[in-house]
Amino acid sequence: MQANTLSGGFADPATQSAHAFRSLMEAMARPGAIQDIHGAAPPAPLSPAMGAVLLTLCDTETPVYLAGDMDCEAARAWLAFHTGAPFVGPAHCMFAVGKWDALAPLAVYPIGTSEYPDRSATLIVECSELAAGATLTGPGIKDQATLSLPEVEAFQANRTLFPLGLDFIFTCGERLAALPRSTKVS
Amino acid sequence: MTEYNFAYLDEQTKRMIRRAILKGLAIPGYQVPFASREMPMPYGWGTGGVQVSAAVLTPKDTFKVIDQGADDTTNAVSIRTFFQRTAGVATTTATSDATVIQTRHRIPEEPLHEGHILVYQVPIPEPLRFLEPRESETRKMHSLEEYGLMHVKLYEDISRHGHIATSYAYPVKVEGRYVMDPSPIPKFDNPKLGDMAAIQLFGAGREQRIYALPPYTQVVSLDFEDHPFEASKADHPCGMCGATDSYLDELIIDDLGGRMFVCSDTDYCEARQAAGHKGKDAA
Ligand SMILES: [Zn+2]
Repeated sequence: MQANTLSGGFADPATQSAHAFRSLMEAMARPGAIQDIHGAAPPAPLSPAMGAVLLTLCDTETPVYLAGDMDCEAARAWLAFHTGAPFVGPAHCMFAVGKWDALAPLAVYPIGTSEYPDRSATLIVECSELAAGATLTGPGIKDQATLSLPEVEAFQANRTLFPLGLDFIFTCGERLAALPRSTKVS
Repeated sequence: MTEYNFAYLDEQTKRMIRRAILKGLAIPGYQVPFASREMPMPYGWGTGGVQVSAAVLTPKDTFKVIDQGADDTTNAVSIRTFFQRTAGVATTTATSDATVIQTRHRIPEEPLHEGHILVYQVPIPEPLRFLEPRESETRKMHSLEEYGLMHVKLYEDISRHGHIATSYAYPVKVEGRYVMDPSPIPKFDNPKLGDMAAIQLFGAGREQRIYALPPYTQVVSLDFEDHPFEASKADHPCGMCGATDSYLDELIIDDLGGRMFVCSDTDYCEARQAAGHKGKDAA
């Protein structure tokens, strides 16, 4: 076990996860709005924001899929130690972690059922930047918002599945933004 | 034992509730099941709202609780004290100073802003429950958008009473998709649900459901072309502050049947009186 497996969690889990959740909730409630999120120092290639999201949401009840180069010994050991989350493939995950290209194809993730649309995956996408970009409209957005997205078509296709579909969290450094299935992208 | 977990609930329970809140925000108006925990208060006191507040609060928050508009009922005081002790939050009765407001059966009169989170205590989250007692059936009805029966029920009201008699928990449709119970707020409050700047979260403890309205969400009260929705209230000004735009409670003030109408939102009424507004019954 490497030394940095044991470190980098929340020093004060109750209050730090409370603050981290508020950033997450604001992000999910206001698609495109970029929020700060602090408190985690995971090993590379996980960003601090990615680490904080995982510490806040994951535990033994949340199967996690690590995609591409996120599926490495450092990330696995850190997540296992701090959250106890089981690792699974994309078809059975509740959370997927990776860079955009590594997370494809989106069709394999659970999108919920018509009676339980909440039983769907949330994809946490590690990004090289968070900035203005595509135009967003829908619930949570006054008039319109804007966010840099890795592409547009995938999110438009996801929107057509509503109320089923995937929800997205974008992490970069110590910042995050979100795009729920309800958002229209153009 | 004087050691509490922060905000009473253990971390695993808060994570589970937080995950449900995020899915609720992603699917506005849809009821997300969650595993409700025992809380050290009776169900009638809004354990669903309390669990949602526990999952949302940070030590930096300023917390307000209203019970039918009032900050000083036993229920409101108990919940406020509970989070003051367990989460170390500041508390207030002033809507404008609060960041998280837990409510039973009212929306504050003062418009909420982007820094506000409004947490509703919900007794019966399923708007179709009185039409169909079986959960498996109402779930199917929501999935198929089978809301015809709901319209039939409201229309029966019209044929019987000449108008829609439902005055509390008046059903709404969210973003043209899910029919939602706004909790037993007076229908006077319904127009505030839509396009609100604040985040609205709904928690039902006994029924184990969480649902949500993100800010600026489209919320439409169900109605008919020939009988449009009306956000009615008693046709009087407030006796204490003279407000003509607020929801009023009718009070019996003496043994002779004397009556008086007063704002149900006590913070709103007191702030108006402090600013010099006076109703006809004010001393
Ligand atoms: Zn008044």
